[in-house]
Parts: sequence; C-alpha cells; structure tokens
Amino acid sequence: MDLPLDYDTLRLIWWALMGVLLIAFALTDGFDLGVAALLPFVAKGDAERRMVINSIGATWEGNQVWFILGGGAIFAAWPFVYAVSFSGFYLAMFVVLSALILRPVGFKYRSKKPDPKWRARWDWALFVGGFVPALVFGVAVGNVLAGIPFRLDGDLRAFYEGGLLGLFHPFSLLAGLLSVAMLVLHGAAWLAIKIEHGPVHDRATRFGVLAAVASVLLFAIGGLFIWQGGMGFRVEGVVDPSGPSNPHIAGAAAAAGAWLDNFGRYPWMILAPALGLLGPLVALLGIVRKREALAFGGSSAGTLGVIATVGLAMFPFILPSSIDPASSLTVWNASSSHLTLFVMLLVTLVFLPLVLFYTAWVYKVLFGRVTLKDVGSNPDYY
Amino acid sequence: MDMAVIELSRLQFALTALYHFLFVPLTLGLSFMLVIMESIYVMTGREIWRTVTRFWGKLFGINFVLGVATGITMEFQFGTNWSYFSHYVGDIFGAPLAIEGLMAFFLEATFVGLMFFGWDKLSKLGHLLTTFMVAIGSNLSALWILIANGWMQNPVGSRFNPETMRMEVTDFMAVLFNPVAQAKFVHTVSAGYVTASVLVLGVSAWYLLKGKWTAVAKRSFTVAAAFGLASSLSVVVLGDESGYALTDNQKMKLASLEAMWHTEKAPAGIALIGFPSVKDRETHFEIKIPYVLGLIATRSLTGEVTGINELVVKAEERIENGVRAYDAVERLKTDRGDLAAREAFERHKLDLGYAMLLKRFLADPRAATPDDIRQAAWSTVPNVPVMFWVFRVMMGLGFFFIAFFAAAFWMASIRKFGCENGFCRLFMRAAVWIIPLPWIAAEFGWILAEVGRQPWAIEGVLPTFLGASSLTVSQLWTTIVGFTLLYGALAVIEVRLMLAAIRKGPVEDHGAAADHDETAGGYRPLPAE
Repeated sequence: MDLPLDYDTLRLIWWALMGVLLIAFALTDGFDLGVAALLPFVAKGDAERRMVINSIGATWEGNQVWFILGGGAIFAAWPFVYAVSFSGFYLAMFVVLSALILRPVGFKYRSKKPDPKWRARWDWALFVGGFVPALVFGVAVGNVLAGIPFRLDGDLRAFYEGGLLGLFHPFSLLAGLLSVAMLVLHGAAWLAIKIEHGPVHDRATRFGVLAAVASVLLFAIGGLFIWQGGMGFRVEGVVDPSGPSNPHIAGAAAAAGAWLDNFGRYPWMILAPALGLLGPLVALLGIVRKREALAFGGSSAGTLGVIATVGLAMFPFILPSSIDPASSLTVWNASSSHLTLFVMLLVTLVFLPLVLFYTAWVYKVLFGRVTLKDVGSNPDYY
Repeated sequence: MDMAVIELSRLQFALTALYHFLFVPLTLGLSFMLVIMESIYVMTGREIWRTVTRFWGKLFGINFVLGVATGITMEFQFGTNWSYFSHYVGDIFGAPLAIEGLMAFFLEATFVGLMFFGWDKLSKLGHLLTTFMVAIGSNLSALWILIANGWMQNPVGSRFNPETMRMEVTDFMAVLFNPVAQAKFVHTVSAGYVTASVLVLGVSAWYLLKGKWTAVAKRSFTVAAAFGLASSLSVVVLGDESGYALTDNQKMKLASLEAMWHTEKAPAGIALIGFPSVKDRETHFEIKIPYVLGLIATRSLTGEVTGINELVVKAEERIENGVRAYDAVERLKTDRGDLAAREAFERHKLDLGYAMLLKRFLADPRAATPDDIRQAAWSTVPNVPVMFWVFRVMMGLGFFFIAFFAAAFWMASIRKFGCENGFCRLFMRAAVWIIPLPWIAAEFGWILAEVGRQPWAIEGVLPTFLGASSLTVSQLWTTIVGFTLLYGALAVIEVRLMLAAIRKGPVEDHGAAADHDETAGGYRPLPAE
C-alpha cells in the first residue's frame, strides 16, 4: 500500500511522539506525584492537608491519563517495547501499579470520614502513591540506560534474566533520586502557584529550593557516570531504517562511551542537557525572587531537558539488551507496521489538539489559589 | 513452557478483569442517568432535581475511582503478563487501546474532576455539558475496549507477516466495524445501564419502604424504572444479536454453550436444561424447546447449527493445513527468499494458528502424529458445562430484568410509591434484595465470552498458552497475592462507604447544607417538599 509518509519517517515521528507523551506525563501528572510526595511534609493538620490535596484534586485524574495513554501508545506503535519492558520489569511494575492504585482511592475516600486516624492513613497512601512511582520510574530509566538483561528467541519471544533486586544498582538509584528531586521540585513549584501565601506555601518553597539544588547535582553526577563509566551501545553493521521490525535482521553491539556519541555528531543536541541543568536553576531563581510562574516554567523546562537528554543520547536505541546486544530494540526494528503507524498518526493529529484544548479550558475554569477559607466552606472539596 | 505459569497468568487476568468490571457497568449506566437527572434539573429549574443529581453523583464518585484505579492494571497487564501476545498482535490490538486513551478516557477523566468541583464555577448548562462529557467519555471508552476484545473473538482485517513473526493490520476499517465488536458494545453498555437502574431502583425502594427521602426516592425510582425497562429490553435483544454474530466465526462457542455435541436437523432446538458430560461427550436429561436455537442463530428455518463433534473434525483438517504453513514459516526464517516456502505459506496461512495448538503437546508441530492432531483438535472445545450453565444463568437474569422493570415502570406510571398492601411492599423489598443480580449477570457474560473463546487468546490465530510472558511461578504468586490483598481491602472499604453514603442519604456535608433547618428526626427536609 502506498502511504504519503515513508516507514522510516513514521518511525522517527513515533519515536518523537513517545517522547512527547512521556514529557507530557512528567509535566502534568509529574507535579501531582511531587505534591503527593510532599503532602506529609509541607502540610500539618487536616485543614492544611486538605488545601494541598485540593490544589490537585480536580485535575490529577485527567493528568494521569497521560500515563495510561503512554502505555496504550507504546503498545500500538512500539509493541515490542511494550512487551519486553513491562514483562522484564515485572515486579517493579507491580509495585508502581499498586502505588498508583492507591492514589485515586486516596483522593476520594480520605474525605469520606472525619476520623483523623482514617485520614492519616490515606495521607500516607497518597505519599506512597506519589513517591514510589517517581522513584521507580527513575530507576527504570537508569536500567534502560545501563541495558536490560533480556534476549529474544527465534520466534521473537522475550526472556528476561534478572530479578527485582538486580534493578537497584548505584547508577539506577541515582536516576531514581533524580526523578524524585525533579518531580518534587515540580510539585513544589505547583504548590507555590496554587496555594495561598502562608505556612504551607513557605514550606513548599523551602522544599523546592532543596529539590532544585539536588536536581542539578544529581543530573550532573549522572552525566559523569555515563562519561567515566563509558556506558552505552552502538549499532554495528548496515541498518535499513525501513526494514521489517525484527531485531534478528539487524545487529547492535555494546561500546564504551557510546551514549555520548550523538552529542558529538549533532552538537545541537547539547541543548537538551543544557536545559536539564539550567531549568532547575531558573526554578530556584523564581522561588527565591517569588516569581512563581517563572519557578514552574523552570521546573518544566528542566524536566523536559532531562527526559530529552536520555532519549537523544540513546537514539536509535529504545531498549538495549545487556546480555545479547543483537536483541536490542531500536527505532528501526521495534515498531508497528507502516500502516498502523500512519493511521495512529492521523488519529493523534485529530485528537491530541482536542485534548489539549479542553484540558486548558478545564484548568482555566479552575484557575485560582486554594485558600484555607475554601477548604472550610466548599462542600465539593475533598 | 510451564503450564503452571500459564494457568496462574490466566487466573490473575481473570481476577483483575472481573474485579475491574465490578465498577465499570455502574460507571457506564449511572453517568447517563446523571445526565438525565441533571437535564431535568436544567429544564425545570427545580432544586429537588439538583439534590437528586448530586446524591447519585456522590455514589457515582465512590464507584468511579475504583474503576479508574483497577483500569490502570488492565492497561499494562498485557505487557507484564502476556508479552508474547502483545508482540504478536500489538500491531492491531494496541491501536484501539491507544485510541481509547486519547479519545475517550481523556474526555472522561478531565471532565470528571470538573463535574465534582465545578458546581459553583460553571453555569447550569455548563455543568450539564460537563456531566454529559463524562458519560460520553466512559461509554466511548467501552466502545474501544470492545473493539479490541471483538477483534480477539473475530480477528478481521489482518494477516501474519513471516518477516516480523506477528499479525499485522491490513484493513483498519474492518477492525473498526467488526460486527462482533458492534454487537458486543451495545450489549455491554446496555448491561451497564441495567446495572445502574437496578441500583438506583433498589436504593430508592429502600428509602420508600423506610419513608425517608421520599421526594428524592420517588423521582429516582421513576427515572430508573424507565431507563431500566428500555435497557433491559436492549440488553436481551442485542445479546441475541451477538448470538447471531457468533454463528459465522465462533461456531464452537455457540455449540458449547448449547452443549450441542452433534449437528441436528435444522432448525435446531434450544436446551432449556440438561447435564452436559465432558467424559461421555453428550448431554444427559436434556429438555429442549424445538426450533428456537436454529431461529436465533441462523434467522431461518433451514440453517444448520454445527455440533461440537463436527467442528472438531473440521479443526483436525485445519491443524493439518496449519502444519504446512508452520513448516513454510520455519523455512522462511532461514531463507527469506525461499519462493516455494512463500507459496506454501500463502496457501495455508489462515490455518497457521491451528498448528500452534500442537505446541501444547510437542515442541515441533511438524513432528505431530495423527494422535497428537486429534488431541489438539479436541482441545478446541471450551469447558462445556461451565458455558452451558453460565449462559443459562445470564439469560435467565436478562429475562427477569425485563419483567422486573416492566412492573417497576407500571408502578411508577400509576405513581404507586407509598406501599401498604401486599404486592407493592413485596416488590419494593425484592427491589432491594436483587441489587447484586446485575453484577452476577455481567460477570457471567464475560466468563461466557472469554471461557468460550478458549483455547484461543485470538480466535484461530494465537492459543492462549503461547501468549504468556516468560515469568516464574513465584513472581506470579507474589502479584496474585498482592493484588488479592489490595483489591480485597479496597472492595471492603468501597462497599462500606457506599452503604454509609446510602444510609446518610442526600444531605450535604459542609456549608451548603446550612441553608436548611434540622428537624426533630435528625433529617433535613428537602427543598420543594
């Protein structure tokens, strides 16, 4: 069938779209995770906690759909990636899913009883629902960068040789902490915008300062790890970017320092790590100068920069295999068929702008700071 | 291949999916009932309808969050537990799931927050529109999920690609307008509407029996009776439609839910009751109604409904052809340019999946003996007694709901709500006690659809036992126990909160309630009463 876009172009577009979805998830639901992780520390007493919860109460559900959509889009466009990553990270996925399951319930059920013990329990459930996914997502990215111990057999069935504990090594923990710092900063910046000035606002900005400094340091150390550790993989041999999605047909090999190759080849890509370093600093400036929109912009830019850095550094790899580099999944060997990528692009072009439009409208309706007074009087609040 | 891993993976999927579907039907139905109630509020401007809407909205919210929470698991479980399935059919199956997120779940989830938080931030019409978006979003969500599931039952618009060792889409429109998916969609959402109607009717009946909140209860009762009657008719009529759709592509499912071991002379009768025996391959003590099955399944007096034995003979043939296709695929693996192999593959590719059934009994299907083939052919028969009974319970409940809502509709029409006499009181009590029944019918419906497809994950294409991830038994036990504990605890909490909210009735928690005076009984009178 003749389609107006080439297979390799579509693969590139879908690689970028996967990045867009992950970044959209980190920028929207990211602050929900950060706020939940901050909940027990920035808010004391029920009224303050309810202020924090209601600052995201009406919108977190829509934000979370970026995560669900990310899962669905990877399934549709990169079925191999969906199959290998989630089964490989089996128990880690279970931990993340359980934590995320606590979130919707925590938001809704906490307010159903006035009993302080009941509410305190849900506060911790919400904390777990924010902190644990933030940490595990980072750990997962750290593992992807280091390579995952999987191989594919002749029928392209994936076998994973590693357990839950193997996922935690110094580099992946570093990545996990970076993810927590980044999202906590983002959450603090959100609270700075959304909560009335007062003790909660003050505590949130103090945590924001800490998280901004931690983000910059951890990101820089991560870079050093990759540089000094010579991490990375490199494609060897001739690759057909429009070839069939079958890793057995094109090879790859591990090579020292290969994750830095792309930055040498395409110097413009350095923009991404630069944004990853500067974003948190801008956020820091915004917090100190009490320019809250600037702080939120800075944390957003930083998050975008960090995620883009990972994607660009690894290109064309998506999931490198540490035990059988020839099984590695890349942009050129792990996608859906030409037709599926094309149809899904059309669907995305129609519906994504629509989603952005009504999401923006909902945020506009709900615009304004949450105050202690609201929490006391509004019967619809959690 | 470790059969324990496969059985446990199936168990986990069944548990998490059936659990998820405890919450979904109510979301599907109650969201539209909220739209109806709120529309009346907007049109009449009477405060009582606002109270009605907000009260059921509260119950909707308690239920909704668990639907969302357990839906997260479903979105990722194909990857975690069915990774070969995901690789094998992701090219087709992934698309409806992604579109579901983009088109439906986003709509539902973005507006649901505004629905709860936007009462004083939006105009009346603006809020009604928001509620409507939630209803449309959740129902569209069901559409895409059932397009995905419909494709598993009837895999149209796709072919196997030996270069990528998976199924790939050839015709998206065929996947989208799959007749099985269409029938399933309408049947499933109608079942959701029935579920919500039964709950609203039951709770309203309880209030009426107690003489509490009668203004809210009468109005809710009326809405539920009308909506429930229409939906219960639709669920049975369109369930029949999915029975009709079965005949072209899932003859085995039909034969096994009827426990029809042999083809009968047309038109076939339907078994009212009987005791199917898998060992003897026949049904004992059968009582049949003549003609009915033939009429439903073929819409004619002359069409034949094929029996299990005859379908097994056909499966043997397809397995033999499938082995030829399998052999061709293996040859193409070593030499992509082997023209003879490609030609053989093209000729037999539609039966490739049947060869894979042999992998349960031996590693290489090409080495199969006639005995292996016979055994594999008999493995295409799903669990007949389960199918037979589950179908009868579901169908019986379906007819019961029609009668039940007809009575409710009649009572609402003559405005008979205050019950002193026998039948009326009996009916109101029954309405409370039958609240769990639609859930049983809905869960049985899924068991029928999914057990009936076995041994296939994708009918005729991929056997279930090949779809599972390469996990260990201990990993699976960890997650099964984990999910059971987590889900179990949440279920207890949810039911308690629901009951507490129902007992409390349509009172507002905070400031807004202060407008009304307390009465001696501790209840606030409702506006407009």
